[in-house]
Amino acid sequence: MSPDLLKLIFGRLTFESLPLHEPIVVGTFAVVATGGLIMFAGLTYFRVWGYLWSEWFTSVDHKRIGIMYMILGIVMLLRGFADALMMRLQQALAFGGSEGYLNSHHYDQVFTAHGVIMIFFVAMPLVTGLMNFVVPLQIGARDVSFPFLNNFSFWMTVGGAVLVMASLFIGEFARTGWLAYPPLSNIGYSPDVGVDYYIWGLQVAGVGTTLSGINLICTIVKLRCPGMTMMRMPVFTWTALCTNVLIVASFPVLTVVLALLSLDRYVGTNFFTNDFGGSPMMYVNLIWIWGHPEVYILVLPAFGIFSEVTSTFSGKRLFGYTSMVYATVVITILSYLVWLHHFFTMGSGASVNSFFGITTMIISIPTGAKMFNWLFTMYRGRIRFELPMMWTIAFMLTFVLGGMTGVLLAVPPADFVLHNSLFLIAHFHNVIIGGVVFGAFAGIGYWFPKAFGFKLDPFWGKLSFWFWVTGFYLAFMPLYVLGLMGVTRRLRVFDDPSLQIWFIVAGIGAFLVFLGILSMLMQFAVSFLRREQLKDVTGDPWDARTLEWATSSPPPAYNFAFTPVVHDNDAWWDMKRRGYQRPLTGFKPIHMPSSTGTGIILAGLATAMGFGLIWYIWWLAAASFIAMLAVGIGHTFNYHRDFDIPAEDVIRAEDVRTKLLAGAK
Amino acid sequence: MNTDTHAAHAGDHHHGDSHANAHGSFSTYMLGFVLSVVLTAIPFWLVMSGALPSKQITALVIMAFAVVQIVVHMIYFLHMNTTSENGWSMMALIFTIVMVVIALSGSLWVMNHLNSNMMPIHQMNGMK
Amino acid sequence: MTVAVNPTQTGEPVFYLADEHPHPEGYSTSLGFWIYLMSDCLIFAILFATFGVLGGNYAAGPAPKDLFELPLVAVNTSMLLLSSITYGFAMLTMQQNKIAQTQIWLAITGLFGAAFIGIELSEFAHMIHEGATPQRSAFLSAFFTLVGTHGLHVSCGLIWLVTLMVQVWKFGLIEANRRRLMCLSMFWHFLDVVWIGVFTFVYLLGVLR
Repeated sequence: MSPDLLKLIFGRLTFESLPLHEPIVVGTFAVVATGGLIMFAGLTYFRVWGYLWSEWFTSVDHKRIGIMYMILGIVMLLRGFADALMMRLQQALAFGGSEGYLNSHHYDQVFTAHGVIMIFFVAMPLVTGLMNFVVPLQIGARDVSFPFLNNFSFWMTVGGAVLVMASLFIGEFARTGWLAYPPLSNIGYSPDVGVDYYIWGLQVAGVGTTLSGINLICTIVKLRCPGMTMMRMPVFTWTALCTNVLIVASFPVLTVVLALLSLDRYVGTNFFTNDFGGSPMMYVNLIWIWGHPEVYILVLPAFGIFSEVTSTFSGKRLFGYTSMVYATVVITILSYLVWLHHFFTMGSGASVNSFFGITTMIISIPTGAKMFNWLFTMYRGRIRFELPMMWTIAFMLTFVLGGMTGVLLAVPPADFVLHNSLFLIAHFHNVIIGGVVFGAFAGIGYWFPKAFGFKLDPFWGKLSFWFWVTGFYLAFMPLYVLGLMGVTRRLRVFDDPSLQIWFIVAGIGAFLVFLGILSMLMQFAVSFLRREQLKDVTGDPWDARTLEWATSSPPPAYNFAFTPVVHDNDAWWDMKRRGYQRPLTGFKPIHMPSSTGTGIILAGLATAMGFGLIWYIWWLAAASFIAMLAVGIGHTFNYHRDFDIPAEDVIRAEDVRTKLLAGAK
Repeated sequence: MNTDTHAAHAGDHHHGDSHANAHGSFSTYMLGFVLSVVLTAIPFWLVMSGALPSKQITALVIMAFAVVQIVVHMIYFLHMNTTSENGWSMMALIFTIVMVVIALSGSLWVMNHLNSNMMPIHQMNGMK
Repeated sequence: MTVAVNPTQTGEPVFYLADEHPHPEGYSTSLGFWIYLMSDCLIFAILFATFGVLGGNYAAGPAPKDLFELPLVAVNTSMLLLSSITYGFAMLTMQQNKIAQTQIWLAITGLFGAAFIGIELSEFAHMIHEGATPQRSAFLSAFFTLVGTHGLHVSCGLIWLVTLMVQVWKFGLIEANRRRLMCLSMFWHFLDVVWIGVFTFVYLLGVLR
């Protein structure tokens, strides 16, 4: 075939694009491919593809979509953490003339991929998954406002993750750092596909995130059950509302910034170039208008989880509910006024820097208020140290530390010294791991019995907890020290041998975290095997307070046989206290949305389009785009998107629960 | 917050008429149209004829016209009011306006300071 | 029908609805669509911010004064304004259940929209022909992107309009189609609002500069 024809068909994708010369990548590929093949064969052998397709992939049930988000997040955590381990190993080794084991080409991709994956494909899916699963149950709804859109959003997130994962084996990932600052990310300095993978991976996933944000806002605003006024909503629902407001108000900014960057790369415009009047700093300015709210998008739901966990395991109503709500709202607004603290050193001058420095310090006030609310909730409470509560206490200690270093960095003169140093790295890992990751783990431990009908095994959970917490402190405290000594981020080799010991300690910490992750996987496996002993028949294993515990574990597809009516903040606690009797008769058919495969098809096409654009395979991009349009429009011609669950099915499901409850007493 | 009424009557809206009179009438559409035409024509005329003595004044005046016309569109075409969706539409709009103002004025302020600090005037002239 | 949220006469609190009606289809749609429009609004805000910051960087290339023809912009603006009022008429006739008239007004709206896109494309072609390409300067990059994004939205609106006309033709003015026409109405008028910003900040202020 002529080279022109090959180029027409494959764009710039050639045989050389496969990283066959990188033994590490080939080895990884071999492992992943073998694992994938075994899984594929297993699924085929046990004939579960049909079940997966009809009950999960095409499901519009918010609970299943939530669980799929969590699985995505945990799978991607393994990938992102593998990157982290590689970095720690490299930095512990590359001293005294040693180059370590990663060349710069590879190392730069590793730290970029680590950041991108951890934020977009670990933290975001974990947070979105928990919100998806919990919020409709907490507000007594049957599903979200737009169930089809929910399914579509999830698959778009998966599409983005697939593109980022594909970059490992086909071509390369960006070597620019996780925010891909120009001019480095411009076509002149990054001519390869790496940045394009970055752009399209995030664009595809970003569409999903924005739509899921709109969906959850509508759900919370429109579908609350009778009696649940705004000020009776559980705090987790409040934080979910604020988080989704932030998503809808900030992800469009990311979309535009990445679109402008891709115009620079594909069309040759001059937004962020150094010539023809372009301004690279405008990119930095714009991306942080998205980037700072993003931090709060991740941490607000974690605050919500800690609120639920603290009041449940202290056996008390949450202290200062109203102040908690207002603190959340204030953080939501303030998070929009601080973005410049990410680039104090840009050179905007004293007036600009002081404004943003002061707003940044102010944001610690509502956060501090929350911290005291949790402490006062625990005060004189009957605290049960179950696993979610342990994560919460670890969070409170760790997050306060991270917050303090954050306030330190908010002082512009201090930031001029510490900017881009390992001190910064230590700070944001301190708040993200201490806040978001511990929060997600607390949430998983707390709601797992609700999702699957059995509790998680406490032994492996506690093991995982201690590995994680000690590992975290060992891994990141040395980075604070190194940062104060002036070591900058993203370095691959070091000259000063006196620094090595700190990196070795950090490496040991990372290894402990690795053991923590393994223990967590063991915890899932062991819990599954011991599911009969760990079974939750009551639907309320923790003696909890909010509505999701009023239904069975796992909840039926319709969530509640009868829509609950709420009289108090802690609705379920109130119901238990006032002698609520579960209805046993009078069941009616329940109207529910039907499953559809359109979401997964559209997302698959979007992913194909992204792939085509990355590799300049124009026919593939155009064809997928047209197909997307056709499928999308075709979907609107289907006017029958829901069905009724017959009353007999409801009766059957509720009778099973009645028997279980009788057996439990 | 006035959403309390909504929650208390959640079972009460199966006829889905939250937009019963939200579509406007012939006269409101025409009023909106005429106002928009006037509010569009005047700024164009001001700029094309140079009727006002200074550019700054013209700029301020046409910006004021734009703001008024946006409000006119919001009321007569988009039927914004404080009651639709129990006020949530209005709240979303106000929130968005705040965000737009922050992002727009913030970016202009930040980048303007950057330029004046990093690129002194005599260099700027050569760049333009 | 009101729900007994407070304790009933017997004093027993009610904890669930024994007799409930599901939310009507499309119960959340108009709020959801409005929130989508708000997020779109932010997309335009960022493009305006980019234009505001980079709009003066001509890189020794053509400036707004050399490029913009205000009479043409005025004609274009009138196309969009006219399409707004005709869409309004479509909504009014829809409320009166007049299918044929609704379709006619929709078609007229579509024609005005297409005329708008046509004029905009010819303006772009003219500028590019004169060497004022999006690559020429940051000002032109920002200009083409901002105005082009608006045009892209109008084009999407046109595709949607045609789709809806087919659906009204096939299924009539059923509740679902009314709701969709309502959403497109919001979309269409929203684009008009954005255009007010475009002609004021890009064209008029550009020529004044």
